[in-house]
Amino acid sequence: MEGDGGGLIEVTMRVNGREVKARVPPRMLLVHFLRDVLGLTGTHVGCDTSNCGACTVIMNGKAVKSCTVYVFMADGADILTVEGLSEDGKLHPIQEAFWDNHGLQCGFCTPGMVMTLYDFLGRNPDPTEEEVREAIEGNLCRCTGYVNIVRSALDAAQRMKGGGGG
Amino acid sequence: MAGERRYIGRRIKRKEDLRLLTGRGLYVDDIHLPGMVYAAFLRSAYAHARIKSIDTSRAEKLPGVLGVFTGEYFKDKVAPLMTAWALTNADLKPIKWPVVAYEKTRFTGDIVAVVVAEDPYTAYDALEAIEVEYEPLPVVVDVEEAVKPGAPQIHDEAPGNVAFHWKFRGGRDFEEVAAEADLVVKKRLINQRLIPAAMEPRAAVASYNPGTEELTVWVTSQNPHVHRLIMAGSLGIPEHKLRVIAPDVGGGFGSKIQVYPGEVIVARLAMDLGRPVKWVETRRENFLGTIHGRDHVDYVEVAAKKTGEVLGVRVRTLANMGAYLGTAAPGVPTILFGLMLAGPYKIKSVDVEVKGVLTNTTPVDAYRGAGRPEATYILERMLDVLARRLGMDPADVRRVNMIEEAPYEAVTGLLYDSGKYREVFEKALKLAEYYRWREVQSEERKRGRLIGVGIASYIEMSGLAPSRIARATGFGLGLWESVLIRVHPTGKVSVYTGSHPHGQGEETSFAQIVADALGVSIDDVEVVHGDTEQTPFGMGTYGSRTTPVGGSAVYKAAVRIREKARKIAAALLEAREEDIEFSEGRFYVKGSPEKSVTFQDVALAAYTAEKLPPDLEPGLEAVVFYDPENFTFPYGTHVAVVEVDPATFKVKILKYLAVDDAGVIINPLLAEGQVHGGVVQGIAQALYEYAVYDESGNLLTAGFNDYMIPTALDVPDVESHFVETPAPHNPIGAKGIGETGTIAATPAVVNAVLDALAHLGVEHIDMPLTPYNIWKALKESGVLAKLGKGR
Ligand code: FES
Ligand code: FES
Repeated sequence: MEGDGGGLIEVTMRVNGREVKARVPPRMLLVHFLRDVLGLTGTHVGCDTSNCGACTVIMNGKAVKSCTVYVFMADGADILTVEGLSEDGKLHPIQEAFWDNHGLQCGFCTPGMVMTLYDFLGRNPDPTEEEVREAIEGNLCRCTGYVNIVRSALDAAQRMKGGGGG
Repeated sequence: MAGERRYIGRRIKRKEDLRLLTGRGLYVDDIHLPGMVYAAFLRSAYAHARIKSIDTSRAEKLPGVLGVFTGEYFKDKVAPLMTAWALTNADLKPIKWPVVAYEKTRFTGDIVAVVVAEDPYTAYDALEAIEVEYEPLPVVVDVEEAVKPGAPQIHDEAPGNVAFHWKFRGGRDFEEVAAEADLVVKKRLINQRLIPAAMEPRAAVASYNPGTEELTVWVTSQNPHVHRLIMAGSLGIPEHKLRVIAPDVGGGFGSKIQVYPGEVIVARLAMDLGRPVKWVETRRENFLGTIHGRDHVDYVEVAAKKTGEVLGVRVRTLANMGAYLGTAAPGVPTILFGLMLAGPYKIKSVDVEVKGVLTNTTPVDAYRGAGRPEATYILERMLDVLARRLGMDPADVRRVNMIEEAPYEAVTGLLYDSGKYREVFEKALKLAEYYRWREVQSEERKRGRLIGVGIASYIEMSGLAPSRIARATGFGLGLWESVLIRVHPTGKVSVYTGSHPHGQGEETSFAQIVADALGVSIDDVEVVHGDTEQTPFGMGTYGSRTTPVGGSAVYKAAVRIREKARKIAAALLEAREEDIEFSEGRFYVKGSPEKSVTFQDVALAAYTAEKLPPDLEPGLEAVVFYDPENFTFPYGTHVAVVEVDPATFKVKILKYLAVDDAGVIINPLLAEGQVHGGVVQGIAQALYEYAVYDESGNLLTAGFNDYMIPTALDVPDVESHFVETPAPHNPIGAKGIGETGTIAATPAVVNAVLDALAHLGVEHIDMPLTPYNIWKALKESGVLAKLGKGR
């Protein structure tokens, strides 16, 4: 992906624990870098107005909408995407909870939801239902009515307290 | 259903989830092919205009641009798209949807030019370098304006902008029952325009191999075979040389049934350019160019007795069809709407006329529920108005009218084949504590709190559809469903279904059906769908048809395999076929269970083929095309309790409870998920969503900033209960659960809000019930003062 006429810039970052280095056009968005350059297509694009949250990844420990970040802004950053969430083939407790509680239907919003909750549950290990709803307010889901996403999140919090990781 | 149930009825977690949870799903936008180039579309700057000239020279010169293509290029290369539901006896006009606008544009989603570039960023740069000279034409967006004499004409083929005029009379003459009535309640109800907005934007990738003359198109589709058939026609290529693959699809809700210009364009350009071409719509394009839903003006009359007994319903509807007729569009505000106007009630007369009206707006087609929510909204809203006028409890009005037992032939001619309508109704009221809430309501009213309780009962014609009926209404094909089940030599099973689930979870529920029928582990069953080269011709997933129709095909095919396996087992065990029993995955000789072979043994024997009975072919597979005898009729009652803030007029849902009878529930975990999602989409129509056009035909709500898809903070928890009355005519007894929530929730919530305001004398407010719309209605009826507010 090029198309700026201008020169390419070099970026370096850690993505899911691996060092990556690439030359990219200055206006390239992080979400396109992850998807089209690194092939990490688990991070989705659902809008072009920063509303939907499908593109959410963890950047330096915080959930960000990767469609609002230029690649150069992530130079030197540590990025975690949904592909990097399970360790040694074992799902993260949030993923387990989504699976058990039917927290996904079409799955398009799911990676963004999971990454948003990864950040949130790290900060608030024992949330109320209302707090969960506030936390995912920036992530739209058209399939589940959020009912089972909220249940999954509350269940995940319990599992993570039980030492399930996170 | 025969056979042991080890999986059916259980809360089995989904087989599809591992890939989706780990980012390993495959959506169309995830497809990257070597040498792939990117298309972007320039859409019309005007809702109605003549194209005078298009200057593409500047765009063509940008580095990285392969070409710019206009209607001139496409007009002889691709045929325009036509609806697949050409209603009979409705004077339907042959409206053509051009793939790329030529000479004229009719809505702001019309594609005027296509850029292909080496990367998407360049493609979008190039769009801005195209110069189009338009001659704007007069615009009409409102249906009532569009049918007035002298309104702007949108298609020459449809004088007065009426694309069709559909009429239906059922039962007694309406005038006759009205003469016997104590009152006739009249209302003009608006069912506002909605935008489906699946979270995954639509997309297509096309790749052509000139050596084999095969074209492969990956597309966001709910019905890949229908896509193939229509696209082959438009492109003028043989159907068998076109392979359509709909991989993981990120939600559809009806919007991905339609065959759109976008996929035809990339297919044509992939052939012409010799490079794979990809297009992914922007969210703005999704709002402009992907079909919308609902958009009716309904003039309704209900004739009733003082007892609350409803004698007849007369409806005159103007249904906004937008600028063109979509793939299923004409059937939605007619067959799927008019035939539902008796609900679960003993109404004696239904009289409906619908005009499908063309306007300079996005085409309107099937959106979750498709016609049935519109009909249910009318009935349930009118029953509440009637209750109010008669001073009755809305629950009692429903009790007076509800059908006692099934089978029941409704006044519309539909045979409601099974259901315990009253039992489900009472159960919902009891579980929701309806009468306790009524007490809370009157107590809290004294303190100035506005609490309301709303009920909606519905019945739905689902499980679409018996082919002879579908054809009689003008549908282009039958509405059966297909499957190929293939048992491999190791006893593992692949199920190639013609359905195409995109979130509903049939990779799991179909595997449950097969695993039970064949006595194998669910882990040994794989459900494959979405690829025209793998599955038999199938009609796809919409209209809550996948489980009742597709699932019945799956069950019948599995039984066919079991019967062949029994014959093979008899040969292996040297016994008579009649003496072979089947249990827990083993065939054994009656009375001597130690003489047995496993299903896996039989599968292998089917392929080694040395011990087969002489009349049996080797192999173990079955193809079934299942055509339902009747529709299915899911029904139920939903109850909503709301509170309206007397200062801000914001509505909060305090409780939402659903009791649905969708027949046999294959997997309650997934069925509940369907109810939750459906209910929230129904709530969204009641309270939040509304597509708005200005007078020039610009869509003002063309994105998530302006069109309010609810967030997690805007909607409640949803309580879902089931009653299971098996559908009598299909072998699995399932009725379909995909749309019940959307059908019931809208009127339940609207009824609840108006119940909260009833003592103020407000009878009706059109949706969505936003704080502003509620405030405006209260102000207009002069009751704000009663709330202690002079505003
Ligand atoms: S893609 Fe929608 S917020 Fe990033
Ligand atoms: S699961 Fe489909 S959008 Fe959330």
